[in-house]
Amino acid sequence: MFDVIIVGAGTAGLSAGIYTARSGKSALILESKAYGGQIINTPEIENYPGIKNISGFEFATGLYEQAVGLGAEVRYEKVISIEDEGEIKVVNTAENSYECRAVIIATGAKNRQLGIPREEDLIGSGISYCATCDGAFYRNKAVAVAGGGNTAIEDALFLSNYCSKVYVVHRRDAFRADLKDVEQLKSRENVEFVLNANVVAVLGEDKVEGIEVKDKNSGELRQIPVAGLFIAVGQEPDNQAFSNLVALDSTGYVVAKEDCLTNVKGIYTAGDCRTKSVRQLTTAAADGAVAALAACERIM
Amino acid sequence: MEPIVLTKDNFEEEVLKSDVPVLVDFWASWCGPCKMLSPIVEEVAKEAEGFKVGKVETDDEMDLAAQYGISSIPCLIVFDGGKEVKRSVGLIPKEQVLKLVK
Repeated sequence: MFDVIIVGAGTAGLSAGIYTARSGKSALILESKAYGGQIINTPEIENYPGIKNISGFEFATGLYEQAVGLGAEVRYEKVISIEDEGEIKVVNTAENSYECRAVIIATGAKNRQLGIPREEDLIGSGISYCATCDGAFYRNKAVAVAGGGNTAIEDALFLSNYCSKVYVVHRRDAFRADLKDVEQLKSRENVEFVLNANVVAVLGEDKVEGIEVKDKNSGELRQIPVAGLFIAVGQEPDNQAFSNLVALDSTGYVVAKEDCLTNVKGIYTAGDCRTKSVRQLTTAAADGAVAALAACERIM
Repeated sequence: MEPIVLTKDNFEEEVLKSDVPVLVDFWASWCGPCKMLSPIVEEVAKEAEGFKVGKVETDDEMDLAAQYGISSIPCLIVFDGGKEVKRSVGLIPKEQVLKLVK
């Protein structure tokens, strides 16, 4: 029996592990993939207070070592369900079943898919969700970016440094991204905006050779030859496994306020997986502390 | 055994002409998920029985990366009998790495 089980070893989950361990409680962190969460994809972090510059990998590794060093245990098992038996909670993974007195759901968020045919199959064969990770492989090639938010515009700017041509496909004609970045992107000669349009299909068999876009107003279809499609249409949570237990909002986030309490006693939530307006490294770390201290107080 | 450092000069000998399957990790030093995967691949290499493990640094070996159509890393490819038989893109846990070579 553990005092607290934390689902997810990203910034929120590991921070919760640190606070739980330092409160003298036993903490088990269950992670389906690898520690670190989304931040490991970030080459440079420059907005974490007290740290001028650090890579996402170094940050995540430091956080992991700190949590484990304090006594939190990390196991790599995917949580498939949680059962609420009052004072005792049962956390089921594909391999095991664990009992504990409090649970912190810190499952984070993942890249939202565009929802076009064969999207998953072509990841790594022309479809990417990370321009800074994969952009260098498209040097002197034409690529497309789908999306209109900050990430999409930043991705397009980054890619325009390497690629022969960058098409920015956006379903509206205005951008949510920072105006300064949009203006900068508009000044790039190798960038073409395809607005009021949706990507409806990927061309090519085993790898991306082009995209088909549909104009929202005219319904006209246009084929654009590109070697890569970078998808930047936001994030989505991964909380389906808990939908029968805690309240989720219409987009799947665990409903909770700044106190990180869910509608179920003894079950808390932290980080990007909960309803909130700002999703940053600092807010994830803060949630981890808030949720862990609330959990530890309850099981005193 | 440590993973073999693969280059365009030894790739044919070590991978394509290998008499056992070879798990090849395409990675780069600037790639966070690659750095997360590296210790897993090294562990698999140490415990490897009946297969070999190698690594290709894609910045140094751009030709190899292009030849095998690498467009996203980390990318694990299993070669058997000189041919690609399996491919996995992205960070995966050890059990899934082992499944690739089983």
